[in-house]
Amino acid sequence: MKQLSIFLEDKSGTIFRVLNLLKGGGIQIIASTVADTMDNAIYRIICDNPDKAYLILSDAGMTVNLTEVNVIELDDEPGRAAEALAPLTEKGVNIAYLYSFLLNGKGVLVYKVR
Amino acid sequence: MSYSNYFNPELETMPREQLRELQLERLQKTVRQCVKAPFYEQKFKEMGISPEDIKSLDDLQKLPFTTKDDLREFYPWGLTAVPLKECVRLHSSSGTTGNPTVVTHTQKDLDEWANAVARCLWMVGCRPEDVFQNSAGYGMFTAGLGFQYGAERVGMLTVPAAAGNTLRQIKFIKDFGTTVVHAIPSYASRIYEVMREQGIDPRKDTRLRVLCIGAEPHSEEQRQRIEENFGVKAYNSYGISEMMGPGVAFECPEQNGNHIWEDYFIVEIIDPVTLQPSKPGEFGELVITTINREAMPLLRYRTRDLTRLLPGECPCGRTHARIDRLRGRSDDMIILKGVNIFPIQIEKILMNFKELSTDYLITLETIEPQGDFMTVEVEVKEFNDDYQQIQGLTREITRQLKDEILITPKVKLVPKGTLAVSDEKKAVRVKDLRKLF
Ligand SMILES: [Zn+2]
Repeated sequence: MKQLSIFLEDKSGTIFRVLNLLKGGGIQIIASTVADTMDNAIYRIICDNPDKAYLILSDAGMTVNLTEVNVIELDDEPGRAAEALAPLTEKGVNIAYLYSFLLNGKGVLVYKVR
Repeated sequence: MSYSNYFNPELETMPREQLRELQLERLQKTVRQCVKAPFYEQKFKEMGISPEDIKSLDDLQKLPFTTKDDLREFYPWGLTAVPLKECVRLHSSSGTTGNPTVVTHTQKDLDEWANAVARCLWMVGCRPEDVFQNSAGYGMFTAGLGFQYGAERVGMLTVPAAAGNTLRQIKFIKDFGTTVVHAIPSYASRIYEVMREQGIDPRKDTRLRVLCIGAEPHSEEQRQRIEENFGVKAYNSYGISEMMGPGVAFECPEQNGNHIWEDYFIVEIIDPVTLQPSKPGEFGELVITTINREAMPLLRYRTRDLTRLLPGECPCGRTHARIDRLRGRSDDMIILKGVNIFPIQIEKILMNFKELSTDYLITLETIEPQGDFMTVEVEVKEFNDDYQQIQGLTREITRQLKDEILITPKVKLVPKGTLAVSDEKKAVRVKDLRKLF
């Protein structure tokens, strides 16, 4: 799955600008997460049309990356995430970041390994 | 036909000792001449000095500095040391503030100027067989007429194309078999772009073999790009309109610094704050005394350009000193915790990282209790969704900056567009928010 990753200045207004640009392009956001770092923020977005969204944001001059991320689909039941991640942990895979959301009654686990 | 490597063999390769004798003789003559100008007459009176005080080259230190502001204040004739009827030309440059400056020339001055430029052009391989196209502005801009007369002195067929009308420039280059072009670097790049649009390959479709670029500060990287594009050598020309224009210093085939003609000029490098001579090899402000000029001799003229003298002898055989590529203007200098720092030092480091854009901002502020502090913000061009990349880059930039400027700045990577400035305005690179007391 493709994910947008936007390098943002840690200032109010920057996230709003991204959202407005995507709205203008008719992009629907499925899930998003903000990681705040020391001086900046990284805003990661899963949406319905990542290629178009990427063009919109890069044309607007934003520092944006289109990243291929790993996805595990889970049944909407307790404990599924732990089961899904167990084999990765056994293999000693180093996870850079991870987040999850619900889509059409299924859990979706998004992660990137280092 | 075989030619000498040098245009003025005896003068260009003169042993240093003899060159210094010539300099002293010419300096003494210059000092006697310059007091005929109202500005120096007044200065010498104020300082209680007379031309007879100059007995050795070291006595240069006794002479007053001259600045661009002096030229403006004594506009238009206050630095001219001959009757106006002996002058045959003036060049004037307008500043953004105040009066313009005027530089006057006698016929002998123009002849000497042409000789200096011819010497430069000959040095980079120009010969009478060449076709020289001068794509620089004529009129008051000294690079036009300056190169024109120098190229004629060499004996080349000259094409005074002037700047602009790039399609016509390219037609001239093709039709007349132009072998040498002089242009400011940004215009040379423009000519190449238009050639490409026209499907012209300068390597195959032209006879170009030498480019002379100058009048506009440019980096070594920019020069190399121009050389790669055209497939020819590009030599750096250094001119100062108050001296005369082009012909002051020029790169030799070694491409390691510009030879500054010491039979025309005495060179000093000074600390722009203390005005004391810089240590050998250290960067400072270039100060030039003209010693081969009649109409408007200038003593210890502060160019505001920052450079240093390169040590050692040049393999090309010329004995005249070499100045390093300019490091910016003394007006740009930052003093932080007693250390002199030039923005160009920081820029040079940032350019090493392909992930970064060319936009950066240096902020100086006072943070109690540590005192003065420098933050360097730079835009990230390539982001790969990895925070560790940002951290790693930040650390590496900080380390390299500390090695260069001896102070550890706070490095902050910011997204594209954060520091952007409009195209028309000169980019603001330094913001000084320090408390003075
Ligand atoms: Zn040399």
